[in-house]
Amino acid sequence: MEFWSDLFEKFGVMFLGLAAFAAVVGIVLFLADRAPKRGRDFLQLAAFLSPALILLAVGLVYPAIRTTILAFFSRQTANGSEWVGLDNFVWMFTQPEITIVIINTLIWVALVPLLSTIFGLAYAVFIDKSHGEKVLKSLVFMPMAISFVGAGIIWRFMYEYREVGFSEQIGLLNQILVWLGQDPQPFLVNSPWNTFFLIVVMVWIQTGFAMVLLSAAIKGVPVEIIEAARLDGANAWQSFWNVTVPGIRGTLVVVVTTISIATLKVFDIVRAMTGGNFNTSVVANEMYTQAFNRGETGYGSALAVVLFVMVLPIVLYNVRVMRKQKEIR
Amino acid sequence: MSSTLRRRLIAPAAALGALSLVLAGCAAETDPGAGGDVDCSAYEAYGTFEGESVELYATIIDTEADALVESMADFEACTGITVEYNGTQEAETQINVRAAAGDAPDLMIIPQPGLLQRLIADGYVVPAPAAVEANVDEFWSESWKGYGTVDGTFYAAPLLASVKGYIWYSPADFEENGYEIPTTYQGLLDLTEQMTERNDGPYRPWCVGFGSGDATGWVGTDWVEDLVLRNSGPEAYDAWVAGELKFDSPEITEAFDLVGEVLLNDQFVNGGFGGVQSIVTTTFQDGGLSILDGTCSLHHQASFYEAQWGEGVTVAPDGDVWAFLTPPIAEGDPSAVTGGGEFVAAFNDNEATAALQAYLSSDTFANERVSRGGVISANKGLDPSLAGSELGRQSIEILQGEDTIFRFDASDLMPAAVGTSSFWTGMVDWVNGTPTAEVLRSIDATFPQ
Amino acid sequence: MSAPAAASVAAEQTSTRAIAVAAGGGKARRVKDRLTSPWATAAAIVIAVIWTIPTFGLLVSSFRTPEEIRTNGWWNIFVSPSFTLENYADVLTIQGASSANLGSYFVNSLVIAIPAALFPIILATMAAYAFAWIKFRGSAPLFVLIFALQIVPLQMALIPLLQIFSEVLGISGTFPAVWIAHTIFGLPLCIFLLHNFISEIPAEVIEAARVDGANHTQIFFRIIIPLSLPALASIGIFQFLWVWNDLLVALVFSGGTADVAPLTQRLAELVGNFGRNTERLPAAAFISLIVPLIVFFSLQRYFVRGLLAGSTKG
Repeated sequence: MEFWSDLFEKFGVMFLGLAAFAAVVGIVLFLADRAPKRGRDFLQLAAFLSPALILLAVGLVYPAIRTTILAFFSRQTANGSEWVGLDNFVWMFTQPEITIVIINTLIWVALVPLLSTIFGLAYAVFIDKSHGEKVLKSLVFMPMAISFVGAGIIWRFMYEYREVGFSEQIGLLNQILVWLGQDPQPFLVNSPWNTFFLIVVMVWIQTGFAMVLLSAAIKGVPVEIIEAARLDGANAWQSFWNVTVPGIRGTLVVVVTTISIATLKVFDIVRAMTGGNFNTSVVANEMYTQAFNRGETGYGSALAVVLFVMVLPIVLYNVRVMRKQKEIR
Repeated sequence: MSSTLRRRLIAPAAALGALSLVLAGCAAETDPGAGGDVDCSAYEAYGTFEGESVELYATIIDTEADALVESMADFEACTGITVEYNGTQEAETQINVRAAAGDAPDLMIIPQPGLLQRLIADGYVVPAPAAVEANVDEFWSESWKGYGTVDGTFYAAPLLASVKGYIWYSPADFEENGYEIPTTYQGLLDLTEQMTERNDGPYRPWCVGFGSGDATGWVGTDWVEDLVLRNSGPEAYDAWVAGELKFDSPEITEAFDLVGEVLLNDQFVNGGFGGVQSIVTTTFQDGGLSILDGTCSLHHQASFYEAQWGEGVTVAPDGDVWAFLTPPIAEGDPSAVTGGGEFVAAFNDNEATAALQAYLSSDTFANERVSRGGVISANKGLDPSLAGSELGRQSIEILQGEDTIFRFDASDLMPAAVGTSSFWTGMVDWVNGTPTAEVLRSIDATFPQ
Repeated sequence: MSAPAAASVAAEQTSTRAIAVAAGGGKARRVKDRLTSPWATAAAIVIAVIWTIPTFGLLVSSFRTPEEIRTNGWWNIFVSPSFTLENYADVLTIQGASSANLGSYFVNSLVIAIPAALFPIILATMAAYAFAWIKFRGSAPLFVLIFALQIVPLQMALIPLLQIFSEVLGISGTFPAVWIAHTIFGLPLCIFLLHNFISEIPAEVIEAARVDGANHTQIFFRIIIPLSLPALASIGIFQFLWVWNDLLVALVFSGGTADVAPLTQRLAELVGNFGRNTERLPAAAFISLIVPLIVFFSLQRYFVRGLLAGSTKG
């Protein structure tokens, strides 16, 4: 019985929250609607933008600024901290482990968006309009619905290593190697290849995201254009490359951008699978370890600043794309 | 997170698990304040409170958390304090966030002196109230009190403990093959040599697993610590912890070499799993289970490994598995053990907080908790016969023993950059083939000056 | 033309497009015959199989005993079939003083995820509309800034936000704290994705409404919302999945108690100290997978229509 009263209470809180949210948004927009003619444009703009802007300013802009400042200070304590200038960055670039961490992150961000998009696009094209498209889509989408903890366990049953003559294989990949007459490999230990095996897990998850978005985009390319290209004698590959890809370019940019940023921030997979051992750590994982496991807020913040810098090229590229779109419009 | 997994001491015997869960479920719903038939005489000193609640934050979860909550039920009933127990494996990490954000819990059970001392140094932890200090003076040894003390001020009382350096074996296996429990470390190596006769297929004398997520390697640090303490004595051990004795000093190098006799020898390890290189890919949870399969004979792991054996495995001198302590270097050396433990720190000086803190440092609590099985304590007011298992009883006697030289797990005491980082990764590199001298120098390089 | 009329024109336009796609079906089939080859089909099947095998292994493992999981591979089930529901029974029924059973956490997850998926979507739609269709100075740089905020590692935002929740608002450890945190962390990506969609709505539709004297609020409710519903649904699914699978945000802002903490936290606990009960995880992971899959299946059709408009102009 306690469960049920508990349940009502919790859903009560939820509906109250939803109602309060609806009321606030409703009132703000209603007032904007009734605003006096003079200054109405501004008031309406404010009504639409300010809720998001206020939340972002408090929850992300302020922390970002704070983090950037902390990167130049020693570790935070209840007794304050000191200005240390560039010491945290000097530390970072003089630690050989951190150099590896940064190189790993670059490998991740180069490979994950590329592979996820290629697999997602290929799959979306191959299954387009086929029988059982929905089911086929769900199979590749499923990893998106699995938490990182779950993904870690799942891939353990793929990568687990046992030496020949001592035990049966538990990991499928090593069992396949054994069936092929090869020696099993400790996939997650041997650097640098272990990073690639972690990347496989991320690609496995993100391909579903790419596939779903790209599939929707492909369906938006007018069939007439493809048909016309065909009549002009283009083969399947040519019409794909010359008609479909340009038609979905906008979505491609969105997909690659989103996956790149998600990859830069990835830390759960690394943490769940190797804990950053065997030279597999990435910047986001190292930042978490430094800032929270060790309380070294200065080092952690400096690593966060490196992440900010790494995302700059992606931001700049998107700004260019947006400008072009504006010109077209 | 995992940095702590290991120090947490055990769960009740699996068979009792289900029952204790049911009981715990009831206990949690008991209305505090309704003392009823509870004998409150032992709790009078803590006073009575009206509607106060205290948040107790910890890494302890699952059945152990249930037992912990139960052990505070009488205290709650008699004092009127509601203990809001909040256990998560991420607590050791999250406390950094919560403390910095001004959202610290009232009390936290901290499984690592290194973390405790950092929180104290950063000014978040308040000094222990007089009642707690009095309890600790009465029930704990000087060294235990020292781990909760910074610059002469006493902050945190110990709670539970574990004894490290046990070597697990199968009594039946020993009897069948005529093996004797060795009395010196050389005797242990000789026994191992003798066991290699059986090397065939997956059998090796030892089985070892270093794997533990982002804490991989800690198992190896326990080996080294045992040998440093036994080979070079407590003074050298203390100097090593303090950073005065370098890793590449002759003392520490010698300890590594003694450990290496076993861990770096393909003929000695790793039963059921492979050669030396399989050590890092084997999780510490799986590490000793080969003994049950008969593919190894010896496994070095702390007392808390008792919970790992699984249902239906009896842990007793004449049972399926039993353990002896890592033997001394020479016969007649004083008995020396390493161990771990946890500490209770307060983040404010509310009276209700202080009352619970005092209770947790008392002999009443130690007896209440230990009688519920699975854990031990170094509290001298604890009656060893309450322990849930024979190993627990033996471990308590070791901890309470007057001539036992006890030293806390060194990696827990060292600065985090070494103790929860380079020492661990150093062990991993070492069994993966990096030369000893190189490993030691690189650990030294990370020791904060 | 009145605003409703504008909406109907808009609806007509989309339906025309939808019809174009649907009518293209006949043609499309013919086109498809030439586009897809046996090789493509084979490749698709290979990808589908590879992507499914790991999860399938987990499913099989969830029905095996701990002893079997430890000593041999899950594919052995085909050689020597064995089956136990014990792991599921364990996960579903285990109760403790420190934490209630799975059901309670399941409720928490729903109570967290539903508002935490709706709030950012709604606020993001409003903001995206403003960026796409209200001309104001600084619009472009501000949008770029929000886009760039995606990279702020949320780990770095935990301490300041918790500070505000506990010291200013006094709501740490409650559902609203978790909702607000998820809303903030989800906003940049939602605004970015929705802006892509909303800015592709034909300008004529909105111009027509404006000429009729509709103001921004009216346009928003009568045109933008109805036309973007599919996009809202598909982005809503993603936001829901991220929230449902989140552990970090919940850990910090829910205070970790059984009253508020989500399923993911309980799953992490079920593994137990020392990862002692790893055998429970496959079963637990499958239980947590059910809701996301239901959401995906029931809203899947929106994925197809959802991002339709966003793709043609590129």
